[in-house]
Amino acid sequence: MTTAGTSPDLSPDLAASMRLSRPRLPRWAPILVAVLSVAAAGLPTMLLGWSLFGWLALALVLFVALLPAWSLAVEGGRSAVDRLMTALIWSAFGVAVLPLVWLIWTVVSKGASVISVQFLTYSMYNVVGSGGGIYHALIGTLLVTAAAAVLSIPIGIFAAIYLVEYGKGTRLGRWITFLVDVMTGIPSIVAGLFALSLFVLLFGPQFRAGFGGSVALSLLMIPIVVRSTEEMLRLVPADLREASYALGVPKWRTITKVVLPTAIGGIITGVTLAIARVIGETAPLLVIAGKTDGTNFNLFNERMSTLPVYIYYSFTQPGIAPPGVSEPPGIARAWGAALVLIVIVMVLNLLARVIGKIFAPKKG
Amino acid sequence: MSATTSVPEKAPERPAAKPPRSRGDRLFSGAARAAGLTILAALAGVFIFLTIEGVPGLSQPTSTYAPNHDFLSYVGPLIYGTILAAVLALLLAVPFALGIALFISHYAPRRLAVPVAYVIDLLAAVPSVVFGLWGARSLATWLVPLHAWLYGHLSWLPFFAGPPSVTGRTIFTAGIVLAIMILPIITAISREVFAQTPRLDQEAALALGATRWEMVRMSVFPYARSGMVSAVMLGLGRALGETMAVAMVLSASPVVTLNLISNTNPATVASNIASSFAEATPAKLHVLIATGLVLFAFTFAVNFAARWVVGRNERRMAR
Repeated sequence: MTTAGTSPDLSPDLAASMRLSRPRLPRWAPILVAVLSVAAAGLPTMLLGWSLFGWLALALVLFVALLPAWSLAVEGGRSAVDRLMTALIWSAFGVAVLPLVWLIWTVVSKGASVISVQFLTYSMYNVVGSGGGIYHALIGTLLVTAAAAVLSIPIGIFAAIYLVEYGKGTRLGRWITFLVDVMTGIPSIVAGLFALSLFVLLFGPQFRAGFGGSVALSLLMIPIVVRSTEEMLRLVPADLREASYALGVPKWRTITKVVLPTAIGGIITGVTLAIARVIGETAPLLVIAGKTDGTNFNLFNERMSTLPVYIYYSFTQPGIAPPGVSEPPGIARAWGAALVLIVIVMVLNLLARVIGKIFAPKKG
Repeated sequence: MSATTSVPEKAPERPAAKPPRSRGDRLFSGAARAAGLTILAALAGVFIFLTIEGVPGLSQPTSTYAPNHDFLSYVGPLIYGTILAAVLALLLAVPFALGIALFISHYAPRRLAVPVAYVIDLLAAVPSVVFGLWGARSLATWLVPLHAWLYGHLSWLPFFAGPPSVTGRTIFTAGIVLAIMILPIITAISREVFAQTPRLDQEAALALGATRWEMVRMSVFPYARSGMVSAVMLGLGRALGETMAVAMVLSASPVVTLNLISNTNPATVASNIASSFAEATPAKLHVLIATGLVLFAFTFAVNFAARWVVGRNERRMAR
């Protein structure tokens, strides 16, 4: 660049534009700005007595403003926009993880003190005030969900087999695929109202039973099972099928002996996730399965309490707080039941992952 | 001997292209087809049974619709509340959801991206009744100061006209809970579309000197536009139909108001069904089922449109 410096007819602007690289901020610039923002936000926090949250929020705002400003001064507009968007996207991630952590922490901290052997093994029968438990609701949830699984797993898997093996490219196949997708968006309360209308028409206006809840849940569960099974079946290589056909094996034996065993890990994972999804559904069970205080083992007769409905009613009808206690007894029970429900859902999710790992087709 | 001679005579009767089908084969394919048709029948059944039980709800004695007087004036405020809550939830959730999706697909180091995606999926697994409990007992109390602040500084906007609720159980809080609940589905779908952007497009943009954001804006967004639209619409469908969280957070009354932070909040269709179901008379039950039918038609239309956009996009990409 000696020519640029010595030549008299070359203006400084032009010389600058002839440089091959623009100046860059050092690699540690974001860290420096982050430390400075946290420190700068600490000052008003201490002076005005803000909470930890206020401190972090102000630090975040300062960081998002300062780093692009510095970048604008040194690196120019395009880099500044890039740094701004990077900062925003990272903070979107941080802000979104916050509610999950907060929610889990709240449920665990408020629910853990409620859980006891009595809470898990007593029903609410004849309980006034504190005491009582979730035994009847646990039984109800397990029975209703099991019946829903029995209804939806065969239908879901067979429908997926139809879509992948028989109906590929046909008009009916395309319609079923499309409507299954649309069905995943049915509001759960509509599924409950459907089951209610169906059973009320069949058995009279006072009919309420756990089985109605199973029908409603299976309406929500079938599309999930179909989608996941369909994806797994599509992953089975066509070579396997063709090898089987070449040996003279009929199509249905090929499906049951070659295709399904290959995909079984993924199918079980999908089914487990579907169960985890519907076990926490509240609205349909509120409508059709109702609520009782006693334990009911009969799916086809009388109302049946379930865990989510139990939480809802403990929240809306919490009872009266005994003197000297700020919270009515129902609220504590609601937190306890919420913890049990979350544990069930998370265990099912983990189980699905483990099953997926165990049954995953061996490579190589 | 006669059997061997009859075989070549019989063979031409069958079309050569179709292999022989055993009884097992016919049974199995019949069962598979029946399962597929069951799904169609179930969907049709939802329409039919809701209509049978819901249509009487359109013309009940006026006292059934209290405090209003006919079906339209009963369902109107509910639809308004539903749309208000859903739009609020979308406004809050969409920027975050797209940000997280971009974070997972393009910004995060791989070691971080996989666990983050898993955590977001876990958010989708939390039952709605737990969200409702948390929203009503924890989040609402915590948001009370924010309500007061919004009223103090922004009360010239109709949304924050106040007076602010002292419990925090407002449509504003409900919108935030809904936003958290629909975040995972929008994230999951847009993440997949972002990840499918052709590698060469992105590398070409970077090679021309684009910064990472310019690359995202010029090669990822145009490719993913219809996918993003349908992700948002699916989120909208979810928000329209969400029941328990809204029913537990809101203390509702049948009003039409833009005010987000006061004590009088419009209910949504779904939350109204859940909260007035237990005390409903048979006549009122028909009315509630009719509102459910309206909700179903509404969400069905939104989901139908969203899936149609996705399907059209997939066909375009396949070509």
